[in-house]
Amino acid sequence: MSDASSNAVLYWKANLRLILGCLIVWALVSYGFAILLRPLLAGIPVGGTDLGFWFAQQGSILTFIALIFFYAWRMNKLDQQFGLAEEE
Amino acid sequence: MSQFAINLIFVGGSFLLYILIAVWAKAGSTSDFYVAGGGVHPITNGAAIGADWMSAASFISMAGLIAAGGYANSTFLMGWTGGYVLLAMLLAPYLRKFGKFTVPEFIGDRFYSRNARLVAVLCLIVASVTYVIGQMAGAGVAFSRFLEVDATTGLIIAAVVVFIYAVLGGMKGITYTQVAQYCVLIIAYTIPAIFIAIELTGNPIPPLAMFSEHTQSGLPVLDKLNQVITDLGFGSYTADVSNKLNMVLFTLSLMIGTAGLPHVIIRFFTVPKVADARWSAGWALVFIALLYLTAPAVASMARLNLMTTIYPEGTAAEPIEYDQRPQWIQEWEVTGLITYEDKNGDGRIQYYNDANADFADEAESRGWAGNEFSYNRDILVLANPEIANLPGWVIGLIAAGGLAAALSTAAGLLLAISSAISHDLIKGAINPGISEKGELLAARISMAVAIAVATYLGANPPGFAAQVVALAFGIAAASLFPALMMGIFSKRVNNVGAISGMLAGLSFTLVYIFVYKGWLFIPGTANLPDNAANWVLGISPLSIGAVGALVNFIVAFVVSNATEEPPVEIQELVESVRYPRGAGKAVDH
Repeated sequence: MSDASSNAVLYWKANLRLILGCLIVWALVSYGFAILLRPLLAGIPVGGTDLGFWFAQQGSILTFIALIFFYAWRMNKLDQQFGLAEEE
Repeated sequence: MSQFAINLIFVGGSFLLYILIAVWAKAGSTSDFYVAGGGVHPITNGAAIGADWMSAASFISMAGLIAAGGYANSTFLMGWTGGYVLLAMLLAPYLRKFGKFTVPEFIGDRFYSRNARLVAVLCLIVASVTYVIGQMAGAGVAFSRFLEVDATTGLIIAAVVVFIYAVLGGMKGITYTQVAQYCVLIIAYTIPAIFIAIELTGNPIPPLAMFSEHTQSGLPVLDKLNQVITDLGFGSYTADVSNKLNMVLFTLSLMIGTAGLPHVIIRFFTVPKVADARWSAGWALVFIALLYLTAPAVASMARLNLMTTIYPEGTAAEPIEYDQRPQWIQEWEVTGLITYEDKNGDGRIQYYNDANADFADEAESRGWAGNEFSYNRDILVLANPEIANLPGWVIGLIAAGGLAAALSTAAGLLLAISSAISHDLIKGAINPGISEKGELLAARISMAVAIAVATYLGANPPGFAAQVVALAFGIAAASLFPALMMGIFSKRVNNVGAISGMLAGLSFTLVYIFVYKGWLFIPGTANLPDNAANWVLGISPLSIGAVGALVNFIVAFVVSNATEEPPVEIQELVESVRYPRGAGKAVDH
């Protein structure tokens, strides 16, 4: 395997790892905290209701924004690091 | 000045602005028409995606459904935002690198098959037309109230306006009009919410206000709301749901559908670089979140205001007399979207849950003979400023905002439909030698036809605006998203696999929807009543898209593994899509 192609393979693996990590958080806040795990969070009060309700109506949305910006920032750095970024 | 005149000034003024921008940015070449010359800044693009994305479903319909369903309808909030995470990581940057104009074009090239491209065109048209029906239904509600015309006239006015700027302007017109529309709709949505938040809690930030203390009672807003509605036999607003499977699948359908809807994906072709496609998705979600974080606040506060309007002395006392009802109830009664029937003949508006058996005794002891008041969920956001007694200009503003939301999305969808027909169907299959001018003409004609069909179907929608739109998401989730994702993340999925997967996902989902909603949404043709007792495993037709997507993935993998590997040049194409280097501008063949 040539250097160029092994570099590309490593880049793609790094991307897949990053996506997997982000999607775990994505699923945890929405399907986890907001829906399936809500009974476990029932003891944590938030303004008249519980933390699960807050995640369902606000918390998950805020987390999604943070995830996308984190991913964009990391990936754009990886592009540079592996020399695969677009030419200016 | 009358409210009607104020509405006309706001609605007319905002329309004039959009049309001026469309004319100013009138498209020149084919490439301008579809992708705005490939030179749109990520933040500008984010705002345009926001307007494109937030339709009548988000603006007019969603908060009303959350108000009615409480926690259970949080699915709309998570589903319609969480999809952007999938878009940013799984599709947008790679499709930008691929650098073509349309979604079927990618599917056709990646699966080296004209049939795959045509199947993608079919999926796109079914999903987009279902979506436009929802928009037209929402626009009809808004126009019928604010211009004081009947719903059909409202629909026709909407159709004419969409036609003018979508057909004349193309994408570039739409990109800048949509930025203007985003500004109009977000201002229109948040200003009434801020007023109401101050009125109820003294906290001017709506998303915080809904978790703050209700000034009048000293209780948290949500506690107060729960108290009022459970006193009348309604279910608690914050209660957990028992059918978690359906809630998970519904959220998942909306998320996957978001990532699979062609009119949003097409937006990512308009940024200059792959890196910008990633930022664009983030900015789009920021702009969308401004509305989506306000919506649950609007929902809970509007529900509380509605209850206190009808029970001003508290739920233990009798409700208001019908003759004393506020102006806004009288005006909405004209449209037929609020109805009142004095069942016990006492001249008061008994509004309670008469389907709750546990509450029946109490209702009887109070001399109530059934619920007397009902309203269409789609009116709640539009009526919200009136319920809270806000000044006339706020009502005019919300009219302009609701219409901006409905029309911007309808225009974006029509562009996706017309490019699929002119570019993928006619140029890609029927007449490859068509001139640039002929292609533009075909695009404009197909837009006009699509508007006519959507207007016709919008007169009899199969549900509230947000529910019709949710069906469109299910269809996109089951058909396009899996094909796009496998096209990027798997080198093994081949032409036969992708085509069988798309057809299996699409037909599975459509059949399940049609069985409960009527074949082709024609009223009276449903085979089973649309309620939880009849759903398979309690999965509603709105949630089935996620299962359809799974069917699509499984069929595609199984069929691909039983047939030949894709040719080497296709495997190289998949490789090249994965790396940003050498992307260049979006190009035609």
